[in-house]
Amino acid sequence: MAQSHPVAADDAELRFYVADEHGHAEGGTMLGFWLYLMSDCLIFAILFATYGVLGRNYAAGPSGADLFDLKLVAVNTSMLLFSSITYGFAMLEMEKGDQRMTQRWLAITGAFGLCFIGLELYEFAHLIHEGATPQRSAFLSSFFTLVGTHGLHVTFGLIWLVTLMVQVHQRGLIPANRRRLMCLSMFWHFLDVIWIGVFTFVYLMGSLK
Amino acid sequence: MNSEPNPIDTYPHWWRLLFGRFTLESLPLHEPIVVGTFIVVALGGLAVLAAITRYKLWGVLWRDWFTSVDHKKIGIMYMVLGIVMLLRGFADAVLMRSQQAIAHGGAEGFLPPHHYDQIFTAHGVIMIFFVAMPLVTGLMNFVVPLQIGARDVAFPFLNNFSFWMTTGGVVLAMMSLFIGEFAATGWLAYPPLSNIAYSPSVGVDYYIWALQIAGVGTTLSGVNLIATIVKMRAPGMSMMKMPVFTWTSLCTNILIVASFPVLGAVLALLTLDRYVGTNFFTNDLGGNPMMYVNLIWIWGHPEVYILVLPAFGIFSEVTSTFCGKRLFGYASMVYATVVITILSYLVWLHHFFTMGSGASVNSFFGITTMIISIPTGAKIFNWLFTMYRGRIRFDLPMMWTVAFMLTFVVGGMTGVLLAVPPADFVLHNSLFLVAHFHNVIIGGVLFGLFAGIYYWWPKAFGFRLDPFWGKVSFWCWVVGFWVAFTPLYILGLMGVTRRMSTFQGTEYQPLFVIAAFGAALVACGIVAMLVQFAVSILRREQLRDVTGDPWGGRTLEWATASPPPAYNFAFTPMVHDGDAWWDMKSRGYKRPLEGYKAIHMPKNTGAGVVISGIATVFGIAMVWHIWWLAVIAFVGVIAATITHTFNYDRDYYIPADEVARTEDERTRALALVKA
Amino acid sequence: MPVRHLRLLLVLPLILLTGGCNLVLLSPAGDVALQQRNLLIASTVLMLLIIVPVMALTVAFAWHYREGNKKAVYDPNFHHSTGLEVVIWSAPLLIIVALGALTWLGTHLLDPYRPVTRISASKPIVSSVGDPMVSGKPLVIQVVALDWKWLFLYPEQGIASLNEVAAPVDRPIEFRITSSSVMNSLFIPALAGQIYAMPGMQTRLNAVINKAGDYEGFSANYSGAGFSHMRFIFKGIDEGAFSAWVDKIKQEGGGLTRADYLKLERPSEKEPVRYYKAVDTDLYDAILNMCVDRAKMCMHDMAAIDARGGGGREGINTVMSLTYDKAVRRGTGATQQATFVTALCTPADAYGLGNAAKASAAATPRLN
Repeated sequence: MAQSHPVAADDAELRFYVADEHGHAEGGTMLGFWLYLMSDCLIFAILFATYGVLGRNYAAGPSGADLFDLKLVAVNTSMLLFSSITYGFAMLEMEKGDQRMTQRWLAITGAFGLCFIGLELYEFAHLIHEGATPQRSAFLSSFFTLVGTHGLHVTFGLIWLVTLMVQVHQRGLIPANRRRLMCLSMFWHFLDVIWIGVFTFVYLMGSLK
Repeated sequence: MNSEPNPIDTYPHWWRLLFGRFTLESLPLHEPIVVGTFIVVALGGLAVLAAITRYKLWGVLWRDWFTSVDHKKIGIMYMVLGIVMLLRGFADAVLMRSQQAIAHGGAEGFLPPHHYDQIFTAHGVIMIFFVAMPLVTGLMNFVVPLQIGARDVAFPFLNNFSFWMTTGGVVLAMMSLFIGEFAATGWLAYPPLSNIAYSPSVGVDYYIWALQIAGVGTTLSGVNLIATIVKMRAPGMSMMKMPVFTWTSLCTNILIVASFPVLGAVLALLTLDRYVGTNFFTNDLGGNPMMYVNLIWIWGHPEVYILVLPAFGIFSEVTSTFCGKRLFGYASMVYATVVITILSYLVWLHHFFTMGSGASVNSFFGITTMIISIPTGAKIFNWLFTMYRGRIRFDLPMMWTVAFMLTFVVGGMTGVLLAVPPADFVLHNSLFLVAHFHNVIIGGVLFGLFAGIYYWWPKAFGFRLDPFWGKVSFWCWVVGFWVAFTPLYILGLMGVTRRMSTFQGTEYQPLFVIAAFGAALVACGIVAMLVQFAVSILRREQLRDVTGDPWGGRTLEWATASPPPAYNFAFTPMVHDGDAWWDMKSRGYKRPLEGYKAIHMPKNTGAGVVISGIATVFGIAMVWHIWWLAVIAFVGVIAATITHTFNYDRDYYIPADEVARTEDERTRALALVKA
Repeated sequence: MPVRHLRLLLVLPLILLTGGCNLVLLSPAGDVALQQRNLLIASTVLMLLIIVPVMALTVAFAWHYREGNKKAVYDPNFHHSTGLEVVIWSAPLLIIVALGALTWLGTHLLDPYRPVTRISASKPIVSSVGDPMVSGKPLVIQVVALDWKWLFLYPEQGIASLNEVAAPVDRPIEFRITSSSVMNSLFIPALAGQIYAMPGMQTRLNAVINKAGDYEGFSANYSGAGFSHMRFIFKGIDEGAFSAWVDKIKQEGGGLTRADYLKLERPSEKEPVRYYKAVDTDLYDAILNMCVDRAKMCMHDMAAIDARGGGGREGINTVMSLTYDKAVRRGTGATQQATFVTALCTPADAYGLGNAAKASAAATPRLN
């Protein structure tokens, strides 16, 4: 009985199911990763807010104007901005399907990222050496935490970058790797945007007397 | 100086290098209650482990459950976790109720403050993070993909990982009971009390790492479910055709993603204060403890709605199913949910009107809080008018719903009362407040979860729950709740504050004794619920439901078999109307019986267990200052994650003939029922 | 008055229920608490306007539309009605508009920072001169929440008391509140609502007591192990008895210097009532600014430096005079070095213990 009407309710207009499966919805990963970035953005929002509240609590200690070396930070900022541009080139090469050039641009991006981290560590070491430690005042606590959290993100970005380069080397620009490179691209540019906020609100405005 | 000698001072250097600040004195061997509990838990645990070994279930557990990326199994594991932790959290409640029933007029009771303070902290933390959250997440995990006609969530591995991170948090919280101690700061650990200067021992660190590790899981599962709902709905299911439970889940997960990072950040700042000596929340060197209070409630208030919105969704599904009617005012229900979601970010300050903000700030937050009661009120009316001209079947889910409507409105009312700042000045931190939030969390969230468990149990296991024991549990819970918390409302009006371990006079004692009796009734309710599960499993053949649609359901989860096959739907459903399954049934839909295709599915993986296992070890190492282990575990987490990304072999196809076999079996079973 | 009858109706079942418990929040002895109570009751009544019908309808619908009642109309297609929707959104809205207005007014009128504007509903403020237009000067009481006891200072009278506070009936009181270590909340239910006590900060509470009597006061915010015993008596007494009370303290009380205070602020529980006559005049200010120990820089000095842009690089090494929490930490006294992790990281002294002796020299409070 049932066998004689294989897809019974299936009159021309009203189908109740999809006969041909087309796999999973595309773009889910991008949306998911974007959502993750927004949650990360909230963490930074909290750190910025904290800096906003505590940023002038010097506890009779040094202020940003006393401590920041704007030239160094400007160089540092340009490192990160350049790295974003070079990552963009890497993505363009990826679109073209040129694995060798993609890898090359990724490597350059990584180098810029390393410079950024190196300069930041140098700055931190210098501050701590002078006695301007995170423990000295709430201002310094929030400064080190905000900038340090960003630096930690860049560090993880670098680890991720190296991992992806190995994976691209192993498997080429397969769809899975392209998707991963896209995610890292969003992550990297996101960190750039955050840094612009840090540079403006912490360093530039902090250097004003 | 005047301090007791720190036991760690007597230990040799190598011990400290190896075990950090852990000492043999950290084991609470001198506390008979804890030792007794430990013996019981250890024996129980050993019995379970022995049984698993005896019946050779380790392989099954590992292959089919622990490493599973199937949203249904993960959902069920979340539920099991939540119910187990409910027992722990409730044991704390019983201890508190007994202590407060005894310790009057000079009597010290059986719990010294040091122990009592940990208990009320643990009770709050466990009930919110490790009972309500897993139960809510579990139900969403199980139900949402089925309701939207999907095969799984958007990121199945992440789902498994999230579950194990939550479990990692649970492990830390439970460990603190037997090794060291838990925070004695209250469930939100306000500094300066929670800072290193005033809480130098491991308690707050357990708190921090338990929540931090579980919080990562929760945030990721929020991301996961949003992506699932946005991207993976069955064709034809526009946003305004989504089941209400899916809507409330969407809003809840948006709240999770938009609030748990705040918790993570604020706990991280507290961690830095405690571990590095920064000055975020200290009294000195420019720190500001009030900032912590603000930040934690910016997470904390949305958290309340994270819990209650899915419960609202459950009540919506249950009401329309058991009234045999489409939900009254679907659109306004959706808008109400969205409005609540947005407003929940604008009310956090009402948790501390008494901190000395000006009158204008206080009234602003008081009024925004009251405004939330408008959409909430609209929801209550919508359920009410769904009942209107319905044909109400009083199965247990519907009983829970009516109990909820009668209980929750009282909690809502006292909540609005607390939102009036001058009233809050006298009621804040009182037992009235305690009664209020139990009124909404038990009467709203928990009743909803119980309705949901009873409602979807047949979907998960293919047989119904035993109604007799369910009703016993229902009455014990509902009556027990009112007996336990009405006295607290009254005590609040008598000016009794919360978190007291002893009382000087005896005038409060009678009411506390009544409250303790209420807690005993609730205990009966919990026992009856466990009996209900056991009896139902034993009588599963009599309670069997083969149709997959035992309640005359309206949404897509009832369109498939119970329990659903791994792939959920042999063919992805196509949706034409809200209440899609009801629409299909009423338009004479017949199950397709051939033309099956191979189905693309994610593969199980043990990576989630491994990574969160190492993360938990990291947490333990940090709590005890075992630095070498912390470093190794931290590197281990990163290494394991990277290793996992090298696994490209993540999916497989269920062959068409296997799908055909599964579906034919169901066809035969259905034919038997009809015959 | 009809309102009073309404109140009575509301309170009656509660009284029956509790068998005559002392619901202090519903029958307070101070005018501020009384107004707070009135607001509480008015709000409850307003909300009951909607809550009671909803509960009644729930029961009625649940009963009437039960499956067994075949006489009830069954209309599975009734799922939308614009008229009803308007009602169900606007009914709560109206209540909330009313309640919101009440809240706005009440919050501003009963702002704890605002001096009281009347003694009671029937009594305006009368100054000692007898002119109702000149507002009476409130009695100032400075409150310090200590671990775990309460210190009350009377700047005008130059006295202080521990775990007991007295105030004349019908005279406005202004509490200025701070704490020595962690957050507490000053709450005298019979008198007025609570307000947090926080270290390094001052909150205020204005109130007036209308009926003589001994009332309970306590901390309403959990503050650690001794919290349950952090209670005191608030004595509402007439003007004459108050003078006598002050005089008694002036005769019997001990001294309270900075050194005494530093001893007193050490954690202790169940402290008996104690009186102090010779109280250092700047003591409260020093407590509030966390510089009772003269080795410490006062908060307001630090804030002044910060307002000028900080202490510069030269200020980097002034930490010891600014460190407060670590010195008063509970149970360990003033000598122990901070045990946070960075302090432990020197390999030569992995646990920061060897430093204790060195640190104690620097951190021991220099008592005057």
